[in-house]
Amino acid sequence: MTDAGDRDQLRREAGGADPLAGAAPQAAQAKQSAPRGRGPRNVLSQLWRSGAVPILSILFAMLLGAVLILASPLVTGKEFQLTLPITAYGALVEGSIGKPELWTAGNFNAISNTLVQAAPLMFGGLAVGIAFKAGLFNIGVAGQFLVGAFTAAVVGSNLAQVPTNFAAPISLLAGAIAGGLYGFIPGYLKARTGAHEVVTTIMLNSIAALLLAWAVADIFRDPTQSFARTADIGNARLPVLFGRNVHLGVPLAFIAVFIIKFLLDRTTLGFEIRTVGANPNAARYAGIRPVLILTLTMVIAGVLSGFAGSIQLLGLIGFYSSGVSPNVGFDSITVALLGRSSPLGIMAAALLFGAFRAGQGLMQINTNGLVPIEVIDVIQALIILFLAADIIIRRVFRLRAAKGALEGEVRTVTQSWGEQVAR
Amino acid sequence: MDITKIPVVIVELFVYLFDVIPPFLPQIMALTTPIALGALCGVLCERSGVVNIGIEGIMLMSAFFGYLTGFLLHEQIGSLPALIAGVGVAVLVGVLLGTIHAWLSITIRADQIIAGVFLNVFALGLTAYLNRLIITPSGRGGAGQLPKFSLPDQIEDIPILGDVLSMFLNQGPIAMSVLVFVIGLQILLFRSRWGLRTRAVGEHPKAADTVGIDVIRLRYRNVIIGCALAGLAGAFIVLESTGSFQNGMTDGRGFIALAALIFGRWTPVGAFLGALLFGAATGLNIMVNTVPPTSPELREVMLSIPRQWYAALPYVITIIVLAGVVGRSIPPAADGVPYAKEARA
Repeated sequence: MTDAGDRDQLRREAGGADPLAGAAPQAAQAKQSAPRGRGPRNVLSQLWRSGAVPILSILFAMLLGAVLILASPLVTGKEFQLTLPITAYGALVEGSIGKPELWTAGNFNAISNTLVQAAPLMFGGLAVGIAFKAGLFNIGVAGQFLVGAFTAAVVGSNLAQVPTNFAAPISLLAGAIAGGLYGFIPGYLKARTGAHEVVTTIMLNSIAALLLAWAVADIFRDPTQSFARTADIGNARLPVLFGRNVHLGVPLAFIAVFIIKFLLDRTTLGFEIRTVGANPNAARYAGIRPVLILTLTMVIAGVLSGFAGSIQLLGLIGFYSSGVSPNVGFDSITVALLGRSSPLGIMAAALLFGAFRAGQGLMQINTNGLVPIEVIDVIQALIILFLAADIIIRRVFRLRAAKGALEGEVRTVTQSWGEQVAR
Repeated sequence: MDITKIPVVIVELFVYLFDVIPPFLPQIMALTTPIALGALCGVLCERSGVVNIGIEGIMLMSAFFGYLTGFLLHEQIGSLPALIAGVGVAVLVGVLLGTIHAWLSITIRADQIIAGVFLNVFALGLTAYLNRLIITPSGRGGAGQLPKFSLPDQIEDIPILGDVLSMFLNQGPIAMSVLVFVIGLQILLFRSRWGLRTRAVGEHPKAADTVGIDVIRLRYRNVIIGCALAGLAGAFIVLESTGSFQNGMTDGRGFIALAALIFGRWTPVGAFLGALLFGAATGLNIMVNTVPPTSPELREVMLSIPRQWYAALPYVITIIVLAGVVGRSIPPAADGVPYAKEARA
């Protein structure tokens, strides 16, 4: 245990120093996980090493989720059903990718739903992931998402009569910019005063929810509606590209993944973000201004979350009311952790969670309410548990302690807790 | 409103607060209680070097299981015994989750913030899941609320002293116990062997280890005791304050507790005063609506502020506190750093 701890420590330090050496993260990972030899076999084993823990975490979490599902009829005093987890997970799959009979009939609604649910999570996951790269833990996606969605709704409803080619992009960008401004607050506070972003972003989430609830009830309410909501966005609605509801926001999310990947891997800014995340003091020594980079990273994260809110609102919901998409905030964190804050990993994780969210409704229906949708939240929490405590999984499967980005970047988050003021 | 009147209104605001707060002290204390207990949990964890942002989740989980216990038992064993059992279960749930957090943070050396996020997400999910399965479909109520003590009128009428006494004594048992915990912990932390050891482990675990203090064991013990207090906070919310359970009803109070902790510079009494500030900020809306200010300008301003703004006030204050407006406070040096015996310091 202590020996392993030592090795961990060394590895962390090695990983931490990497960005300064100018190595791209893939190279850094390769160095960390496969010190001996290079070649196609090593690429595969490297993939397995970075992907094994997330995949096994998902499987373990779903297994424990099945235990919970099995136990739930007992607590409600209903009959024990051995097949209940199979029914539930079967419905989850059917709700998220459909089934062959539907496909042959040309019905791809389930896959469409998954893509539509995954798109905001991709943006949100990137927003958490890029902050991780800078050593920040952005729990504020929920608030930045709401601000983005609200702004998009208000701008969109004012442009409802303008042609779509003009109305949709303007509303979309307005939401993204508003999200960016909201992300600026915790970034600047962290960089300037050391106020820890974990608490400030959570507070800003609550503030956003409350103030927007007020704004939609008292100022921007559509008087023709029976409940507090903004007016219809009309022409600002994002065009549906294919399927039942796959709107423009879905390809935008995929494009964002590659833009952020390029930003992190191939640009000076990305290098500076990673350097600040690895070691702010070294970054300062190297002539990088951590204050600027930390603030900028949170603004970028806010823009991404704002996009998540905009596309959800302009592509799917169509109006702002309190309680739009309550899950995006925490889902994005899980997606980023699961994707080990690498853009491609986040893309895969977002698709998985999009599938969960698309299928959860059918799961509750097909099990006659015996398995409420909240089981997905429990599974999500368990995934976080197994990712945080990946030693459990590594013990069980005798995996070598080869770690992806998770530990290297996230470690600064907790360490910075003590820096509340230290600077 | 005329801009030149702003200074007048600010003065009037202070006069108003000075008038209105004393009779509301018992209510403010009730709003303070969960935040204060959560902050004490934070003191215990962080003083020994473990960051715990899962206080919110622990409170929620304890609240749910405490409520559930009362809900299931009150028809068989009567209301009061069911409530007491509920408090016991809530504290036990706190101990259990505290053990999990301690294990993740101390033994596994997982990232402590992510471990906290796990607790929060897990609590939100599991309580909502079980709530929908068990409590919502039954349509029945819970075991009610713990009885409140009330002082005789003659004592309440004593100026100042009466207000202070009623603040702490016109309460149910959990709110009443807060002061005991605060003062007790303050004395223990700074005047006892355990307190010295705790502080040593939080500042410099290696040094503490070399003089023979079992760092791991002490951290475990403190995290578990702390989380028991967070469990008590959960019990307070459902069994003493509201008598009902709603999904996500802790409403960020576990996070506000962290701000109170920083405000109070990691001391029990300071954390309590911080919690009191947040309690008062939360209660402002109730105060303004029950006893509106008498001066016309202030009345106009205070009543025109929407209720959502009042509700956002504690969160805004939290951010201001964290941004260091009240002066900088320094956390224990080893806060959030897992201890590995052989690792280089």
